[in-house]
Amino acid sequence: MEPYRTHVMLCAGTGCVSNGSFRIKETLERELKKHNLQNEVAVVMTGCNGFCAQGPVMVVKPDDIFYQLLTDDDIAHLVEEHFLKGRPVQKLMYTPPAEELPVPKMSDIGFFNKQRLIALRNRGMIDPEQIDEYIARDGYTALAKALNEMTPEQIIEEIKLSGLRGRGGAGFPTGRKWELARAANGETKHIVCNADEGDPGAFMDRSIIESDPHSVLEGMIIGARAIGASYGHVYIRNEYPLARERLIKAIKQAADYGLLGKDIFGTGFDFDVSIHRGAGAFVCGEETSLIASLEGRAPEPRIRPPFPVESGIWDAPTNINNVETWANVPDIINRGAKWFSAIGTETSKGTKVFSVVGKVKNTGLVEVPMGITLREIVYDIGGGIPGDKEFKAVQTGGPSGGCIPQSLLDLPIDYEKLAEVGSIMGSGGLIVMDEDTCMVDVARYFLEFLKDESCGKCTACREGIDVMHGILVRICEGNGKEGDIEMLEELSEAVKDSSLCALGRTAPNPVISTIRYFRDEYEAHINDKSCPAGVCKALITYAIDQEKCKGCRLCAKNCPQEAITGEVKMPHTIEQDKCIKCGVCFDVCKFDAVSVT
Amino acid sequence: MPKIKPEDLENIRERMSRTMSLRDGAARAKITVHMGTCGIAAGARTIMSTLLALTEEEQAKEIILTALGCAGLCSREPMITVELKGQAPVKYVDLDEEKTKKIFSGHVLSGTVVEEYALAMGSERLG
Repeated sequence: MEPYRTHVMLCAGTGCVSNGSFRIKETLERELKKHNLQNEVAVVMTGCNGFCAQGPVMVVKPDDIFYQLLTDDDIAHLVEEHFLKGRPVQKLMYTPPAEELPVPKMSDIGFFNKQRLIALRNRGMIDPEQIDEYIARDGYTALAKALNEMTPEQIIEEIKLSGLRGRGGAGFPTGRKWELARAANGETKHIVCNADEGDPGAFMDRSIIESDPHSVLEGMIIGARAIGASYGHVYIRNEYPLARERLIKAIKQAADYGLLGKDIFGTGFDFDVSIHRGAGAFVCGEETSLIASLEGRAPEPRIRPPFPVESGIWDAPTNINNVETWANVPDIINRGAKWFSAIGTETSKGTKVFSVVGKVKNTGLVEVPMGITLREIVYDIGGGIPGDKEFKAVQTGGPSGGCIPQSLLDLPIDYEKLAEVGSIMGSGGLIVMDEDTCMVDVARYFLEFLKDESCGKCTACREGIDVMHGILVRICEGNGKEGDIEMLEELSEAVKDSSLCALGRTAPNPVISTIRYFRDEYEAHINDKSCPAGVCKALITYAIDQEKCKGCRLCAKNCPQEAITGEVKMPHTIEQDKCIKCGVCFDVCKFDAVSVT
Repeated sequence: MPKIKPEDLENIRERMSRTMSLRDGAARAKITVHMGTCGIAAGARTIMSTLLALTEEEQAKEIILTALGCAGLCSREPMITVELKGQAPVKYVDLDEEKTKKIFSGHVLSGTVVEEYALAMGSERLG
């Protein structure tokens, strides 16, 4: 029994690791040893805490003190002050953007206390590489209950009643899918966990697997029992090495405890999980392409019906669910469908994990109840827009989603409401945009991504997206013409109608929604050849205000093209034919003399 | 590792509960050792080690042991504060190993304030 009096929970999610948290761990252990505290203070590496913008992050328990933006050099002082002398270090604490004093306790910080954790219930609280810690927080009790006290039909009924919908983006009722899989014909059935997570800016699934891999495994075993599957597969994208490593360890530990393999809990139920690596294709997030890839074929979607629940991997009934969906299952079984369905809205129950990124102060991962408004996420949890700039839009759902303007900030988030305004929930990416974002450029960016990721099978998607992208590039370069918007709208219809899979079917969404809410920006680009947000390089001009310029030559020294000329202490000018619109002069000028029009 | 049965889950939870309750911050009793420079000079490290050993011996799960800085009354160091759930915190002063052990068994485990070593309970003066 360890005599530790303090646990230092040091975040070892990919974000904090890339900012040096493993190095901090070593320094921490060294410093603790120096003060002979190594037997009193335990250092525990946990998964992602969600507050990634402030990483590396550390939480000291039981005091619940939250430290952020740590560097190696801070550690010696921290150990001496807090762990030896008991004086928490103020300068390492988090100060909310609107306030002056730091907030020491994690439970008092708005970013954390406004969240409701279900899928992320263990985040920051356990070492994901220790199965005993997962068990200590009620891990695998849901599995025991499901195997010993419930029939497969009862498990399915519980999930149906809970109202859980697929968290991968489509939002299909999970219980219904399991029911169909169970009813399908076939001796061998498969379960798949879709951990491909291709949306740019989305890292919810990565975080869940890195922080709490057992929650996903437990969900899968329960699902397998309900459906009658004996094989489980996790399809994880190749770009997540740390998550895969943690998953491999978790599978091994679960297997050692007999929670995977033959005769689980002595009930005669067999189930095994294998891991498959993706190879860099966004389209593999789409279930039929995923199945193709898993089988060793080129990832291309196929026509449905038959749906995977009837005929999936090697033509056997296959139930595919997203990582977050699986992570919710154990808690629903433990606490009951009634508890889960009391959270959220009429049609969208429970919570959703969002990755809040972009032009927002507190970027990171948040889990909130469905029905929360966009305003609450962006301002209360996200801390608002940096630099006090104007909010412009929120883009939800990744490349398949749309932009939601300021007029709709009080929209409660749920599957139906988001679809009504022309966007989708998607897997939970939430990109905040401000006055300096050009909406036409945003549409162009997403189409460029989709153009690269289209598998090429359907003509409308393959050719249509390419043409639409071409039109948008032309518009951003100042060569837009009358009829372009109408052409984009017409092409959008065609691509939507004639694509086999959701990549093509939802590809036009960014274009359609930006035209819907920001048509004026398109018109400015096409008719006036101007970019109101000051982004599209071909349409903007950098100029020096002759009244404000003091002739300090700071811009001239920094200009990579040597395009700024003038005498010292005299107003300078930018030579337009040399200017590449990089914006460095704007950034360095201390007199606000550089304007962008 | 041998295969586990559903009952074993409970055993593992028991074994890990001290670790987890420490992280959750849920405890029946919280003992704070004041370890400002004055405290350390007066011998607070010994008090801390004694308490660590006692809590370990008791396999006590709902007891949190933590350190804080100087409480302000440097002349009466070493000091500890014992706070049982639902009760006002009690400050004990002029401590040594013996007194600490008595306080541990008397107040922390059995729930009775050891008045002879106490200075104050909440904001009320004692002893």
